[in-house]
Amino acid sequence: MKKKPTTVAFNGTPEQEEKLKAVIGKYRGVKGAMMPILQEAQDIYGYLPVEVLKIIAEGTETPMEVIYGIVSFYSQFKLNYIGDTAISVCLGTACYVKGSQEVIDTVSEQLGIEPGATSADGKYSLDATRCIGACGLAPVMVINGTVYGKVKKSEVKGILAKYKD
Amino acid sequence: MAVLTSLDDLNAVKAKYIDDIELPADSGKTRIVVGLATCGDAAGARPVFEQIKNEIAAAGKQDEIELIATGCVGICQYEPVVEVHAADGSRTTYVRMNADKAKDMFARHILGGEIAKEYTIGPNSENSDVTSLEETSFYKAQKRIVLRNCGIIDPEKIEEYIARDGYKAIYKVLTEMKPEDVIQVMLDSGLRGRGGAGFPTGRKWLFASKSQGPKKYVCCNADEGDPGAFMDRAVLEGDPHALIEAMTIAAYAIGSDEGYIYVRAEYPVAIKRLQIAIEQAKSYGLLGQNILGTGFNFELNLRFGAGAFVCGEETALMTSIEGKRGEPHPRPPFPAVKGLFGVPTILNNVETYANVAQIILNGAEWFSSMGTKAKPGTPIMGSAGTKVFALGGKITNTGLVEVPMGTTINQVVNEIGGGVPNGKKFKAAQAGGPSGGCIPASLADIEIDYDTLKTIGAMMGSGGLIVMDEDNCMVDIARFFLDFTCDESCGQCAPCRIGTQRMLEILDKIISGNGEMEDLDKLEELATYISSASLCGLGQTAPNPVLSTIRHFRDEYVAHIVDKKCPAHVCKKLLQYTIDPEKCKGCTACARACPVGAISGSVKKPHVIDQSKCIKCGACMATCKFGAISKN
Repeated sequence: MKKKPTTVAFNGTPEQEEKLKAVIGKYRGVKGAMMPILQEAQDIYGYLPVEVLKIIAEGTETPMEVIYGIVSFYSQFKLNYIGDTAISVCLGTACYVKGSQEVIDTVSEQLGIEPGATSADGKYSLDATRCIGACGLAPVMVINGTVYGKVKKSEVKGILAKYKD
Repeated sequence: MAVLTSLDDLNAVKAKYIDDIELPADSGKTRIVVGLATCGDAAGARPVFEQIKNEIAAAGKQDEIELIATGCVGICQYEPVVEVHAADGSRTTYVRMNADKAKDMFARHILGGEIAKEYTIGPNSENSDVTSLEETSFYKAQKRIVLRNCGIIDPEKIEEYIARDGYKAIYKVLTEMKPEDVIQVMLDSGLRGRGGAGFPTGRKWLFASKSQGPKKYVCCNADEGDPGAFMDRAVLEGDPHALIEAMTIAAYAIGSDEGYIYVRAEYPVAIKRLQIAIEQAKSYGLLGQNILGTGFNFELNLRFGAGAFVCGEETALMTSIEGKRGEPHPRPPFPAVKGLFGVPTILNNVETYANVAQIILNGAEWFSSMGTKAKPGTPIMGSAGTKVFALGGKITNTGLVEVPMGTTINQVVNEIGGGVPNGKKFKAAQAGGPSGGCIPASLADIEIDYDTLKTIGAMMGSGGLIVMDEDNCMVDIARFFLDFTCDESCGQCAPCRIGTQRMLEILDKIISGNGEMEDLDKLEELATYISSASLCGLGQTAPNPVLSTIRHFRDEYVAHIVDKKCPAHVCKKLLQYTIDPEKCKGCTACARACPVGAISGSVKKPHVIDQSKCIKCGACMATCKFGAISKN
């Protein structure tokens, strides 16, 4: 999946940086630790902007391009700020067969953002995900961890309305 | 917890907990099991669990009733599922529960002693009088080895696993068997890799045991990435100790002292349960240093995937554990010779491991007696044991099924799966996800067997079985899978990176009505290059969905290319919406629904769609109350 750099300004706190440095310290000397470090860094900040990657590069003495190479390889790592309302629609086989493309198209239309993007105000972000394994409930949409199953395109508007502030 | 060092210690734990599971007649105990795997949770099982917990407390029955949050029961369609196991041996399956139903059920069944029949599986499925899952046709044809504990035990309680003879196999291995004996049993059992490729597990272990290295690793591929497949998740969430025990056995067999489980990060419940299981096993002395007091050591680490499908390929997975971009590399050298961190490594899939302890306990002969036999003189080597399938798509009973090898696709779809719903016709089943092929309904009497499936251009795959009906367009399905592999291609080698892209462009051309007959030849030619020249399994198998749909549904491709029609009415650009003037009442609802103003007509007069303006969104058809709008 293509990755777009963030359009929302970085505002990491000193506490977050301290936590991240503790994580880097914890993995010092552990073989193959870059993935867990990046995953935990993303847990701390919610995404991995260049400012965070720099701290990791310095802390682990790894060239920045190696780290960027890893981050851009895995779809789970986000270079982009994730909106307060994070919406993802499953485009796995079962969901697709049951019409999830229509669902994501409708969400995209309603919010005016493409899959993979965050609205400029940082409120919403939309993603297409691979199978989340809840195929019995297809088509499936996940909003901030809440799973909506058997979603019809006509229901999208109503579901989104619940997340208006 | 005390460290266990003998068979007596294991038996003592078993003796203490077995009554909680088997409920002897004189115990007067009841066990209420709530399916709380990811799918159960998503369907709303948590409030049901809480409700029952409160009811038990309110009735003061904590001592008589054991409430368990278990893994996947296997009937996704009917989640949330609650099962009541009584001391008389009966088992009642309540389906599609909610907190209110749970309250009512508790009052009537648990306190009143009468089954709340209308909530049970029978009245909610086809078998009208049945109240237990075990009596349904969905369950009867199944044979549960891999899923033997799923939906039965509390996966967060190691004692329940031990009560079901858990960790007895590792005890037997460490005290009675030499590493070569273990490998011999695996070879004799005929177990083949359940990740889809079907490589004999015993041979893999044999190679690794013979390789020399300063260290060896045992790895587990729990990066279940095929869309539509979720059987590994069921084992991880429902029976995590089975995996830990099997990996320890593998470590002893090849001479390893450290292992990794690579789980996809999209499975948070599985990760949590694995973490709990590893801690519990360590505290009982069943993992870590000096296992069962025998002096054997095995450390197990968890690593999480980060959403790259290619990491399901073995060399890519190991590169990812090493903390790098998960790009595959050429084989040989095979991982058994030079794998993780450059030393001999074995990698097996979750489902493969889930068979291991049972094979050790019951013997190779028991396992190889199930399934299909080798046919000398043909490429068919025989497939022993069972296979778990994740049934999905257009099927009545969505869920997990475990059947002996040799069962036919028809039996799985129609007998166990309950067939295609809504009176539609079963058209094809897709096995093996984006690497696999389709099995058309006309060939669905084929036996499930690694090599037999290959003869019709399909494959076993990891276990996703997506059922399709007459409303699914096979060209569209092929395009969908190709789009997936194209997106997930790591980009390292040209045949896969560029080849899949070119194939996708040709398919796009076909579904938009611009295809030519030569395109089919081009697709087949490209497919040959891609499968022979790609570096890893992802690219080598990427053309399969296209090839198999061309093979079995050529007429659909021809219809798209020559007639410019999509027979299943799926491909948007080939559709035409029309209003039947006989049925149209002129209510104007469709004209108001149309986002582009393509529908015109005056009130109470038949309306007309302007085809040049129509964007084929289908809004009009969804709005019409009189069924006057059709697409073709």
